[in-house]
Amino acid sequence: MAPLVEMTGITKEFAGVKALSGVDFRLEPGEGHVLFGENGAGKSTLISILSGVFRPTSGTLKIDGEQVELNSVHEAADRGIGTVFQEFSLVPTLCVFENMYLGREPRKGPFIDRRAMREGARRVIRDLGFGIEVNRRVSDLSRAEQQMVEIAKAFLAKARVLILDEPTASLTEKETRKLFDFIARAKADGVGIIYISHRIQEFAQIADQISVLRDGRLIGTVSARNTSERELVELMTGRSIDQIYPEIARRRDGATVMSVRNVHSWGVRGVSIDVRAGEVLGVAGLVGSGKSRVWRGALGLQPLTVGQVSVRGRDVTGLPTRKILREGVFYLPPDRKNEGLQMTASAHDNIALPLLDRAQVAGPLGLVSPGRIRQLSSRIGQRVDVSPTFMKRAVVNLSGGTQQKVLFGKGFARDEDIYIFDEPTVGVDMGTRAALYRLIKEIAEAGKAVVVISSDLPEVMNLAHRLLVFSQGRISAELEGPSITEENVLKHFFTDARDSA
Amino acid sequence: MTVSEGDRAMANQSAGKPGGAAGLLKELFLRLGVLPFFLVVALIVFALVSTQFLSLQNLTNVARQSVYLVLVSLGQMLVLISGGFDLAVGTTIALTSVVSAMALVALAASMPDLVWVAILLGALAGFGAALLIGSLNGLGVAQFGVSPFIMTLGVQSVGAGIALFLTGGVPVSGLPVEFGNFFGFGRVFGVPVPVLFAIAAIVVVWLLMNRTRFGAHLYAVGGNLKAANLSGVHTKRTLFLAYVACALLASIAGVLMTARVESGETNLGGTIALESIAACVIAGVSLRGGIGRVENVVLGAFFITLLQNGMNMAQIGSYLQMILLGSLLILAVIFDQVRYRMLMGNR
Repeated sequence: MAPLVEMTGITKEFAGVKALSGVDFRLEPGEGHVLFGENGAGKSTLISILSGVFRPTSGTLKIDGEQVELNSVHEAADRGIGTVFQEFSLVPTLCVFENMYLGREPRKGPFIDRRAMREGARRVIRDLGFGIEVNRRVSDLSRAEQQMVEIAKAFLAKARVLILDEPTASLTEKETRKLFDFIARAKADGVGIIYISHRIQEFAQIADQISVLRDGRLIGTVSARNTSERELVELMTGRSIDQIYPEIARRRDGATVMSVRNVHSWGVRGVSIDVRAGEVLGVAGLVGSGKSRVWRGALGLQPLTVGQVSVRGRDVTGLPTRKILREGVFYLPPDRKNEGLQMTASAHDNIALPLLDRAQVAGPLGLVSPGRIRQLSSRIGQRVDVSPTFMKRAVVNLSGGTQQKVLFGKGFARDEDIYIFDEPTVGVDMGTRAALYRLIKEIAEAGKAVVVISSDLPEVMNLAHRLLVFSQGRISAELEGPSITEENVLKHFFTDARDSA
Repeated sequence: MTVSEGDRAMANQSAGKPGGAAGLLKELFLRLGVLPFFLVVALIVFALVSTQFLSLQNLTNVARQSVYLVLVSLGQMLVLISGGFDLAVGTTIALTSVVSAMALVALAASMPDLVWVAILLGALAGFGAALLIGSLNGLGVAQFGVSPFIMTLGVQSVGAGIALFLTGGVPVSGLPVEFGNFFGFGRVFGVPVPVLFAIAAIVVVWLLMNRTRFGAHLYAVGGNLKAANLSGVHTKRTLFLAYVACALLASIAGVLMTARVESGETNLGGTIALESIAACVIAGVSLRGGIGRVENVVLGAFFITLLQNGMNMAQIGSYLQMILLGSLLILAVIFDQVRYRMLMGNR
């Protein structure tokens, strides 16, 4: 029997830049196939070609052994390829069934047959075991339910290949388990699943095969059973783990510089943390575990319902974010485009913003001296290794890695005591990562308190002296030194021993 | 997002240097917007239509006429850079005019010997009224998160209503002649007084935007509010002050216009909201906030006045002028979109 999907020698160029070169990919019925690689490795481009968004520059695509050309998402859907992208394509103001039939509404005479739509949608959702009322408006659904609607939409179009792009990125643990149950059932029914994810820990549950991509090339397709996490990371990055993560010296007697006491906030249910100088505190957990929100709550970025926060012994509970930051905190947000940088401003100007309060930049009459600002921001640019030409350029035109360096540079503008890095290397290539880790090392070894919050398990495990594992809005484990092992961490990801709800 | 950012950066780098005249024009467009192109076209067209157009006397005249629009556009620019806009600038002018004129008439009557004190206090009363308008806008936008469109549109109606209510729709006349003679028609060292005010305002706003924390904060707030907040910027205060400063600049224009027409009028500044936004957008101020330069905006306001002057000389009727001005604004916004897309990377 011919494979469900067979892609051979797929190459895709964008404006002369190769996003994919000569990639082969095969998917059998009932197979769970994970695409694994760094951001920019070509995973998204590959599935975009399979789902009809892009056409390959060269290479062939066969479905059920028949060579095809897909010119649109609709054509791909007609061939039985359903894709759930990270950004959902649902219309929030419409109902579930209207969304599922969008673009292929059944008609009765000149009118849309709403009853047939309702019934058809209900049937598909029931068959999938999702239990969503089809008359609900999509904007009223949770993120997980919206994903289910996307999946149901694909199956309504009789999908035999289901592509899931980072489906668990915003799901809670319970929702994730439901999704995995569904994937297992779909596989048993002969549906081929293509699954993009960074979470190695998930692979054991869903994958049969893993294809590793790097820089637009297929490094290899390996069997999920016989490949360790370490091997996968080394395949993905092309270098050994020891070369990437530096050894960071730890100060044993570091004073507590920030303390969070019994904090409750959205998705955070009673968390106490001491942040100590000269130490890297790692924070791990699944999305929705509260690992990031506890800090956002403490910094006033989301409302704090209960709890106390103090910085260097001063109570800062409930103060506006800007005042808490003034107490000596640097917060690196996880989303650099949305929260981190002025995208149309130059790297210089981005770094200059936190420099404005420094006494050195004051010129005559209390006006700001642009010369001195430039001098200082250039020095910071050197320190975070952004070249002078890039410093002048609008941030939007820099690569993700360089943007992240600029964001780190903002942290060097003031001499803070506490550095909180929320996803410090998201969407950043390995070379830049290693550079950013060296910066984190410098900061910690200068006696500052460093917090690293990350969904990248190897990253937090290798950097942290002390690691907090979050589960369901609480700390489920505090690990130190040799007890920081993957097994230990993963075990506590799903702990709900203290969960009474 | 399917193309990696690294790739896009590379693509931009290669696209950034096509070389030759086309590349130079593109660079100019990205840097300054459409203004240089519009200005060149306008100068050529009007110079062909009228020989008088490029005469020193006419250009001086345009400079003097453009003062009011320059002042308002500077204020409008502050608000646009913050990521909003102010539709209430016209009302601010009208209310300033009415309030300052009424105060001035009353004060001049009660202290006939101290006419300059009366003029000063009258102008201050006008500024006070503008302060109220600006604070209202700033409070609504910064504190309560009302969209700038609705907030300033509402305040525009409120202010116009107050101005009409105060005067009953009748112009306030009987202003002391010294007021009009100095602020409207006076000259110091041969330079018209309104021009001096405009020059002072340009210098102050330039310093504000390029040499103070407030300016840097304003660019940051307009560029990315969340990032500014995380950099320790007091975002609400910055937004609030932008609207207040805008109103005050408009109100200076209001006092000068009142002196020019020698009465307090409720219909002053009727079209200036449109004109000032057009001046800013043509001068490359982004409607998305965060981008805009003082010197370009001054040139933009000058350009709009030049255009009106040129159209007058070419004997284009005022109705047709309205059509052209509106079209020009839309055209400028379309170019702004194109430019933004080019700046944000090719899609």
